[in-house]
Amino acid sequence: MKAALALEDGTYVEGRAFGAEKDALGEIVFCTSMTGYVEALTDPSYKGQILMMTYPLIGNYGVTREDFESDGVKVEGFVVRELCKHPSNWRSEISVDELLREYNVPGIEGVDTRMLTRKIRIYGSMKAAIGVGDVEKEDLVKKAVEQPSISDIDLVDKVCVREAKRLDAGGDLEVVLVDCGVKMSIVRQLMKRGVNITLVPYDYPADKIMEMNPDGVFISNGPGDPVRVKPAIETIKRLVDKLPMAGICLGHQLTALALGAKTFKLKFGHHGSNQPVKDFETGRVFISSQNHNFAVDEKTLPKNIEVTQINLNDNTVEGLVHKDIPLITVQYHPEAGPGPHDTYFFFDRFVDMVKEYR
Amino acid sequence: MPKREDLKKIMVIGSGPIVIGQAAEFDYSGSQACKALREEGYEVVLVNSNPATIMTDPEMADSVYIEPLDAEMVAKIIERETPDALLPTLGGQTALNLAVRLTEMGVLEKYGVELIGAKFEAIKKAEDRDLFKESMRRIGLEVPKSDVASDISEAFAIADEIGYPVVVRPAFTLGGTGGGIAYNREELREVAKKGLKLSMINQVLIEEGVLGWKEFELEVMRDLADNVVIICSIENFDPMGVHTGDSITVAPAQTLTDDEYQYLRDAAIKIIREIGVETGGSNIQFAVHPENGRVVAIEMNPRVSRSSALASKATGFPIAKIAAKLAVGYTLDEIPNDITKETPASFEPTIDYVVVKIPRFAFDKFPTADWVLGSQMKSVGEVMAIGRTFEEALQKALRSLEIGRYGLGCDGKDKELTMEEIKEKLRFPNASRVYYIRYALQNGMSIEEIYDLTKIDPWFIEKIKNLVEFEEELKAWARCSIEEVPKEVIREAKRLGYSDRQLAHIFNTTEREVRMVRKGKGVGAVYKIVDTCAAEFEAKTPYYYSTYEDENEALRTERRKVMILGAGPNRIGQGIEFDYCCVHAVFSLKEDDYETIMVNCNPETVSTDYDTSDRLYFEPITHEDVMNIYENEQPEGVIVQFGGQTPLNIAKDLEMSGARILGTSVDSIDMAEDRERFSEMLNKLGIPQPENGIAYSLEEAKEIARKIGYPVLVRPSYVLGGRAMEIVYDEDTLERYINEALEVSPDKPILIDKFLEDAIEVEVDALCDGEEVIIGGIMEHIEEAGVHSGDSACVLPPVSLDDDTIQTIVEYTRKMALSLNVVGLINIQYAVKDDVVYVLEANPRASRTVPFVSKATGIPLAKIAAKLMTGRKLRDLGIKERLKLRHVAVKEAVFPFIKLSGVDPVLGPEMKSTGEVMGLDYDFGLAYYKAELAAGMKLPTEGTVFISVRERDKNEKTVKLAKKFIELGFKIIATEGTRNFLRKHGVEADLVLKVSQGRPNILDAIVNRQVDLIINTPSGKRGRTEGYMIRRAAVDYGVAHITTLAGAYAAVKAIEAIKNKSMTVKSIQEYHEENR
Repeated sequence: MKAALALEDGTYVEGRAFGAEKDALGEIVFCTSMTGYVEALTDPSYKGQILMMTYPLIGNYGVTREDFESDGVKVEGFVVRELCKHPSNWRSEISVDELLREYNVPGIEGVDTRMLTRKIRIYGSMKAAIGVGDVEKEDLVKKAVEQPSISDIDLVDKVCVREAKRLDAGGDLEVVLVDCGVKMSIVRQLMKRGVNITLVPYDYPADKIMEMNPDGVFISNGPGDPVRVKPAIETIKRLVDKLPMAGICLGHQLTALALGAKTFKLKFGHHGSNQPVKDFETGRVFISSQNHNFAVDEKTLPKNIEVTQINLNDNTVEGLVHKDIPLITVQYHPEAGPGPHDTYFFFDRFVDMVKEYR
Repeated sequence: MPKREDLKKIMVIGSGPIVIGQAAEFDYSGSQACKALREEGYEVVLVNSNPATIMTDPEMADSVYIEPLDAEMVAKIIERETPDALLPTLGGQTALNLAVRLTEMGVLEKYGVELIGAKFEAIKKAEDRDLFKESMRRIGLEVPKSDVASDISEAFAIADEIGYPVVVRPAFTLGGTGGGIAYNREELREVAKKGLKLSMINQVLIEEGVLGWKEFELEVMRDLADNVVIICSIENFDPMGVHTGDSITVAPAQTLTDDEYQYLRDAAIKIIREIGVETGGSNIQFAVHPENGRVVAIEMNPRVSRSSALASKATGFPIAKIAAKLAVGYTLDEIPNDITKETPASFEPTIDYVVVKIPRFAFDKFPTADWVLGSQMKSVGEVMAIGRTFEEALQKALRSLEIGRYGLGCDGKDKELTMEEIKEKLRFPNASRVYYIRYALQNGMSIEEIYDLTKIDPWFIEKIKNLVEFEEELKAWARCSIEEVPKEVIREAKRLGYSDRQLAHIFNTTEREVRMVRKGKGVGAVYKIVDTCAAEFEAKTPYYYSTYEDENEALRTERRKVMILGAGPNRIGQGIEFDYCCVHAVFSLKEDDYETIMVNCNPETVSTDYDTSDRLYFEPITHEDVMNIYENEQPEGVIVQFGGQTPLNIAKDLEMSGARILGTSVDSIDMAEDRERFSEMLNKLGIPQPENGIAYSLEEAKEIARKIGYPVLVRPSYVLGGRAMEIVYDEDTLERYINEALEVSPDKPILIDKFLEDAIEVEVDALCDGEEVIIGGIMEHIEEAGVHSGDSACVLPPVSLDDDTIQTIVEYTRKMALSLNVVGLINIQYAVKDDVVYVLEANPRASRTVPFVSKATGIPLAKIAAKLMTGRKLRDLGIKERLKLRHVAVKEAVFPFIKLSGVDPVLGPEMKSTGEVMGLDYDFGLAYYKAELAAGMKLPTEGTVFISVRERDKNEKTVKLAKKFIELGFKIIATEGTRNFLRKHGVEADLVLKVSQGRPNILDAIVNRQVDLIINTPSGKRGRTEGYMIRRAAVDYGVAHITTLAGAYAAVKAIEAIKNKSMTVKSIQEYHEENR
């Protein structure tokens, strides 16, 4: 079946449909990871976005549910140059086509993804629409243009847990994980270190968290513009000087906002597994997995917050530490899934910090 | 960390001659390293014996030594130069082994030279099988079960323990030399024996044969701050069991999940840390079990490798350059990414295309060699292609190979095969296996069956199936004319990499027609950029590949531009020399402010380095692909003279399509190649040529031969490069040869030339601007006419030609160059007999000897030629001839015999060498000695010489030769015939039995190292003769051996010289200065 993709600047390309036979709206982002499409498709941070892979051959190794980062596909639509019909890998259970059908998400293949990537790089992130079947160009472009901007939608609410849920790792540390759309890899990395987790929704009240008497708080990753996630910012404000705290990605941005800093939207974000992060403490460079469109504005950081890490590509903030209280955050994804494992040590630092302040 | 200020002078070692397993990639890496180090202000001393390299250009290093890569020789250079550091990780295994030797000899310590890049301990840990295994165990990684054997009985015991098949890997060799797979004890005995002999430390590893596992490679870089990045992952199409150099490989890895890939990444990082490679690049190989994901580490190269060159070209990340900068102390984050300029080198390239590398083999030259591929590398070159689909990259690579194919079959050259034949070629890995997968699918074999036979991952087989199915779809359309086929179908075909030739075959029309119709439908190639970052950042480097999509990124500039066509894959007859010429053309035209556009498909080369030319197109060199680029760029013209036969073959077609050929015209090239036109021209000029004729039948052949008199040189007219050429001494042999080896018919005539026996062959490279001729160099061949000029050693300036002869040669050269209206280079081959100079052939293009002549004389022939082609004149450029030199330069060819068992190591009209070396000194003997040493033959100065000559050579020349050896203090042994002959002429020689006469015989003497030099001239008979066994043993046991009397004479001079004089140690800059 035919499919088409339109961008808000009027770009319109035709290709072949796969996955669900339905239209999709969202902000289009490109991801430069050559592997890890299963993890990306199921990453809640992509909620509200149409994901386009820059690597042209996608689906080669099929889909293994074990690699999911959440309970299902979270992207709004999927754009690839070529979808593999006959995957090959001993762990593969289904194909990407079957996966998207199962989760009712459409995809389009056969388009010049490099051309689209270059457009996004030059013009910045754009609103986009996928149309399946017989599509009129003008209609699709209009749909792309007329949808609300990602900063006008509450996305976190669509991907977080509904009520508190405890996950016992059999350890002796108790951590509340504020779920803004958490990736399973974060949960796995914490539990691997003997951390018992209580997942709570992003808008869970601070006093109720305090009532649980946890050893620390962890703010997860998640989709969308951080300034919209007001309840979480409130929670962080109330807890930040009471409990050891860490945040990843959206969690990092929310923490910065809670402390009085500002965030801004990057031109087209960082989405990939090859981003160099410089750690000032060790002088080392780590290759990190990243997936974010917003960043913390370094100039707006209060004096007691120190930038520990930056992205060497564009010098944006990648890590923060509070000088007075136990608080560390990172913009990138130390939990990987997909991506390199260079920065797993972030979880060790968190655990050490929690133990120290217990 | 900033760069080290305590180092001032750094020595870089190259990799020597091109051999199987070590090719032009190390010229690329060495050149990059020299450039990078000089950019940082270091004084660079370079040592390499290979004159055909860019790295040995006088501009590349402060002092360039073209000397044998022999530890003692390099020690002398170190003594003279006293560098602060030695960088051994960019010259392949040769440089690494030399560094180990120099360390062990105490040379580095004595002169205070620090090893940078990789320390001695790290090299040991990576290369010593036992230490490597121990290291892997320490970091918790699995390796194939294995143990080290130092003798055969140990090998048996180990194999019994781990079970057959086993892989035998000798320690410290390159390209798996001497390695092999053994399925039983008998095979193990043979493989292990050879491996033990070839290992520098007499050790072989007997390893669990993880045959059929998926094979992956990771290119890793590390800096002194312990930052580690992965540059590229490579997946082998051919699974474990085929040497990775002989495998089709693909980048990036295709069939690994992120989880599996990250496991390999973690393992690679652990390995580079554990082995302790402090800075630079390493290549690490893994095998992954296809059914359970079990991972074993196979090996690591603590240096830049062939795969690193591929990874550099595949990603745009300049591994060698960065490795050199890391070696002097920089960290990755301090070095900018050249491609983006704004982001640092401390990242991992990500690509948005598929890269396929396919090896190029030379089995056509060695019909007796075993065609089954295994753990010992056999390929002589490779091509790489880039596409947006695997199918596109695969088909582009196949048509880049220059094996007469235009994609994966469907080009009119497919075979009709039985299922049995197909199965055999699937079961035993071989050079054409990828075609047989297609045949198998066409014949209804299932993917599972093919997988069972090949263990090639089903993902790849599915892709080939996709092509087979699409081909069926195309064939269904073939009932109509191509105009009626919808645009979408044509576009899809192009997106799957089909060439216009293949489409023409399907639609039963011409390539030209397909091209016209396709363009009429708006289906044209676009170009995308290789940018290391999948378009995330703007690329500043114009490195392009073609594909069939929407956006063209290669926008034409307003500058004057010239396009230069490269030489394609390295193969016998066409090696690195032509890449050298292309690169010089680029440099030269840049000087004249042209925008240079390079087209090539060989990832091992300097020409495909993105910072060599202004714009690089990594594309097949076919009419279609070149015209696409030509139309996109619209240059002033295209240069076809420098890339060897590859661009010349398409020159006529390019011209017909409207491309302007710069320099010598296509018609002139034709005149030189067409025998009748050429003879006519020579007659007119009054230049003699050996008598010759063209025969269209056996009877005619006999008649011509009778008329011109035996011996005659016979060859088919339809084959280039000396293939199937034979010297025939009588009618019986002529008849047999024509009946057995040749086809002769009215449309396939054979050429017969008078063979000038014992003539001296002379070769000239000259420049011509259409008005004036400058002789670049006159070379006298050591071996007599009849040995392919590419295989013959030669000396410049000539040593045995008198002034009159030289004058005649100069005069003939001028006449011919002007008569052919050459603009650029011309190479002419002469034979001198009884003071008569005959012309054998003229090639109005860059020849194999251009770099040698340029290095010997200091005149950059290729650079000047490029300027002439754009209209400049010799007179304006102020070029002077330099026919007399103070020094002597000897070129020697290097052969792949050691890697190709079953091949008779003799010289003949068909070229067999893969590379060359150069020896420089003030005396012919010394220069020849150096050249032989550089080529791997250390001539003895005392001991025993074994002489066995054919009947024709039992003459005074052999007597004189033998007497000379006695004079020099050698003892002579000989088999009956030669011994009786020598005795009769008063030369004392001891008897040694022939193989057929019982034992101990000559083979025992060779194996027991009782012979120091073997002189054996072949009888000309084919097959497993006595002579074959002796020559083969000489190769296998590494005993110096010579197969021509002329070669033996030169050797005597060399031995005499080395006994009486000492070798000069001087840089080529100094030699050139003396002749200015």
